[in-house]
Amino acid sequence: MRRSRAPWLFVSPALLAIGLFFAVPAIASLFLSFTDFDIYALADLANLRFVGLQNYGRLIENPLFWRAMGNTLWFVVIGVPLTVGLSLAAALLVNARTLKWRPVWRVALFAPYVTTLVATAVVWRYLLHTRYGLVNYALGWFGIEPIDWLGSPTASLPAILIFVAWKTFGYNMIIFMAALQTVPHELHEAARIDGAGPWARFRHVTLPAIAPVVLLVSILSVAGFFQLFAEPYVMTQGGPAQSTVTVLYFMYEEGFKWWNLGSGAAVAFILFVMIFAVTMAQLAVARRAERA
Amino acid sequence: MRWSAERWLLTAAAAIVALVTLAPLLWMLSVSFMAPGEAAAFPPPLIPTDPTLANYRELFVTYGIGRYFGNSLALATLATILALIFTVPAGYAFAKLKFKGRDRIFQALVGALVIPGQIGMLPLFLMLKGMGLVNSYAGALVPWLAGIFGIFLVRQYCLSIPDEMLEAARVDGASEGRIFTSIVLPMLTPILVTLALFVFLGSWNDFMWPLIILADQDLYTLPVALAALSREHVQDNELMMAGSVVTTLPVLILFLALQRFYMSGLLAGSVKG
Repeated sequence: MRRSRAPWLFVSPALLAIGLFFAVPAIASLFLSFTDFDIYALADLANLRFVGLQNYGRLIENPLFWRAMGNTLWFVVIGVPLTVGLSLAAALLVNARTLKWRPVWRVALFAPYVTTLVATAVVWRYLLHTRYGLVNYALGWFGIEPIDWLGSPTASLPAILIFVAWKTFGYNMIIFMAALQTVPHELHEAARIDGAGPWARFRHVTLPAIAPVVLLVSILSVAGFFQLFAEPYVMTQGGPAQSTVTVLYFMYEEGFKWWNLGSGAAVAFILFVMIFAVTMAQLAVARRAERA
Repeated sequence: MRWSAERWLLTAAAAIVALVTLAPLLWMLSVSFMAPGEAAAFPPPLIPTDPTLANYRELFVTYGIGRYFGNSLALATLATILALIFTVPAGYAFAKLKFKGRDRIFQALVGALVIPGQIGMLPLFLMLKGMGLVNSYAGALVPWLAGIFGIFLVRQYCLSIPDEMLEAARVDGASEGRIFTSIVLPMLTPILVTLALFVFLGSWNDFMWPLIILADQDLYTLPVALAALSREHVQDNELMMAGSVVTTLPVLILFLALQRFYMSGLLAGSVKG
């Protein structure tokens, strides 16, 4: 009797907490999205009504919602290949067998990932300053005119992308480095003897061997880019001209600025469906590639 | 190994990439010691002409950042302790104890890892409002109790504990609780350090949830306070850099000191997919 009860004593606190503070809210989010929960319902639950799909219908008619969706998709479409490529390049560099002081470079490139997002977003706001920022100063060496990074609706999204890439590439790099170390050195040697150049060796030896990890990193990056919030909140407040409003930023404003919690929950649910769909699509593509 | 041309070239390339990567952090540190207004010049100055602690003094004396520092420290510490208490026994049980539905429950938990926590944020806020926990430390701590990732991490580590060792203790008449505290826990030290580090850094760096749940300025954590301050003081470059240093330096130091534990946890976590 004592033996059979013990395991439950070990797992039930965690399971209760996960059920109460994770599972129930996630499911409740769906129900909440079918109600008109707003500031009046917050004051008195008697004002709460079931409205079916009305929140979703209103979102579809809301240009700002589409703006947020569009911006988020841009972040994903440009940001994921950018960060995956950047971190793979960094991993190949730091993983090179002839490189000296490898652990030093590894830590240096990883450091931005552990910094506090809000603090480094504040730092980058000044680095991207049109007149006094280091970024424009460095670009000036190459003859590039100063860019109004955070003040122009076309440059603001790339500006945040640069920041996010800087902040996160070290994480992917570490995962790629671990994967690269599992590629047998003999394979590289054999390819070299067969006369394959560095690019051919990367393309036909390294890349096939680490393909599953590339997929894993891409999926993690997609989920990460769908969840951008603090970056626009601190750097641009969604502006200029709503060019950096992300889905999560939009949800925050719906829910906690305007107290349209029903509508905010609908946004949250759409976000979840999008992340889920993209992840599944990537897995399907990978499976087909494996079979081919 | 000899210093071939290739080796020089690679090392130089790595050094340049590292310098560019660290430049924002070095610049943050340097500007935080500049006099107000000094950084707003062209070309941007890299080193303070007359290093001063005035920005830090202003932060602590005028803006009371010490209070936010204390809040962040207290919350991160409590989050760490609570997360360990909730997730470590569960992770062990999922690896080594037999009970009905164990594997099915664990699979469900791993599947739930793809659901981002933000999905339930609005209902969770309403729930905590009903419990009277909005605008309190307790409300800010709640998400850290439900750490699926921690359970996963501890379970992976526990799988390597030999069953014979636990069986021998059972034959000797030790209770499951005693086996856990005196045999299993000491063996788990590395993964406990890793998990503690993850939760501490995660809580310290967290922004969205504390922003939502903590309305009272006296309860703000450093990131929330810094974001609010940076909206009011857009022009005070040097002051904001000092604020960023105070916010991010503790976690950087902690990471550098416990790097090994951090990296092993990161790699164990990435294979979850």
